[in-house]
Amino acid sequence: MEFKDNEAIYLQIAAYVCDNILLDKWPPEQKIPSVRDLAIELEVNPNTVMRSYEFLQKQEVVYNKRGLGLFVAADGYETVKRLRKENFLAQNLPELFKNMYLLDISAKEIEERFESFKSANYSTTTDKKNDEN
Amino acid sequence: MIEIKGLCFGYRRKPLLFKDLDLNLSEGHIYGLLGKNGAGKSTLLKNMIGLAYPEKGKVLFNGSNVAGRPVSVLEDVYFLAEELFVPSLTPGQFVTNTGVFYPKFSIADFYQYLKVLDIDPDSVMDKQSFGQQKKTMIAFGLATNTSLLIMDEPTNGLDIPSKVQFRKLIASVLTEDRCIVISTHQVRDLDSLIDTLLILHDREIVVNSTVEEITERITFGVFDNTKNLDVLYEEDGMRGKNAIIKNTNGKFSKIDLELFFNAVTQGNNSLIKILNAAEYE
Repeated sequence: MEFKDNEAIYLQIAAYVCDNILLDKWPPEQKIPSVRDLAIELEVNPNTVMRSYEFLQKQEVVYNKRGLGLFVAADGYETVKRLRKENFLAQNLPELFKNMYLLDISAKEIEERFESFKSANYSTTTDKKNDEN
Repeated sequence: MIEIKGLCFGYRRKPLLFKDLDLNLSEGHIYGLLGKNGAGKSTLLKNMIGLAYPEKGKVLFNGSNVAGRPVSVLEDVYFLAEELFVPSLTPGQFVTNTGVFYPKFSIADFYQYLKVLDIDPDSVMDKQSFGQQKKTMIAFGLATNTSLLIMDEPTNGLDIPSKVQFRKLIASVLTEDRCIVISTHQVRDLDSLIDTLLILHDREIVVNSTVEEITERITFGVFDNTKNLDVLYEEDGMRGKNAIIKNTNGKFSKIDLELFFNAVTQGNNSLIKILNAAEYE
């Protein structure tokens, strides 16, 4: 796995786990890879993966079944989505707003573009797993 | 696991390489030993396993003095040297002769490691290329299953796919009972594997901290402008200033080992003070 320079590795690994949950590769109540297996797959120190898993347990994305390993929480998908949304609103949106202001782009123009983007990339027949909030 | 107390060492008719050096290494970690050319990295490693004898001070392995070379130490440590001298034997023959010295040696592991590193077990070792010899000895070293595994520049000579396999192997063999020490200049090969950094500079270990402790205290980043920041060290880079600043927001950045190494070895005292402060804030 290629790691970006601007974020701690343990957070990037946590994001990788969250991606797999959002993509439904790892559905709720499924066991996630052991610390050792994920460390081997990603070529990282097992202690780093341990730290990512502790972080995700604290966020209640995954939970520990005694002696069996870590599992995706029943509402893991919703939790990841909520955390991502909070992060987007706090980090990415202000950045977008700043550019909209500087480049004089109206909210209406963004809305139109967003609609055509959705119809181009996501056909209306395939429902998203959860409706828009 | 390893305790170095007041180590002084110098080669004959040369100034001391280490003066009153103290260092403790514990199991469950992958240590990365960094230092400039000639700082004494290899010499320090040799002192740890009884291949060089301290002038003063001592090195203990689980309480035993390694300079006495007791069997209890030798059978539970493995040192992969940077330069290898291999016999005119195949890996299979070599293992029959030498595996027996290590009680926890696993023949099955050895052949498994040879396979993933793409080494023919029937090739004669002194006819192999340097990279192949290195990989054969890496496989052997890992298969000894010793509590302490020391490797001096293990990625030198490895091709690109072998480096990937090497990282996977190292990730797979670290257990809570094992201590791995890797000395290297190729920090990019190993920066996601090392959890604790040791920097040897000016006859001392100036840094002995986990990556977590380091990034808790200082932040690495690229900035357009560092004028209003509390900069500890900076270098000009392609996208702006690569800088190390105090960590004030509690967020963890990704450590830039090269930048960190340069900062430390250029005698950045304020940086070292922040790292070594017993309690921060």
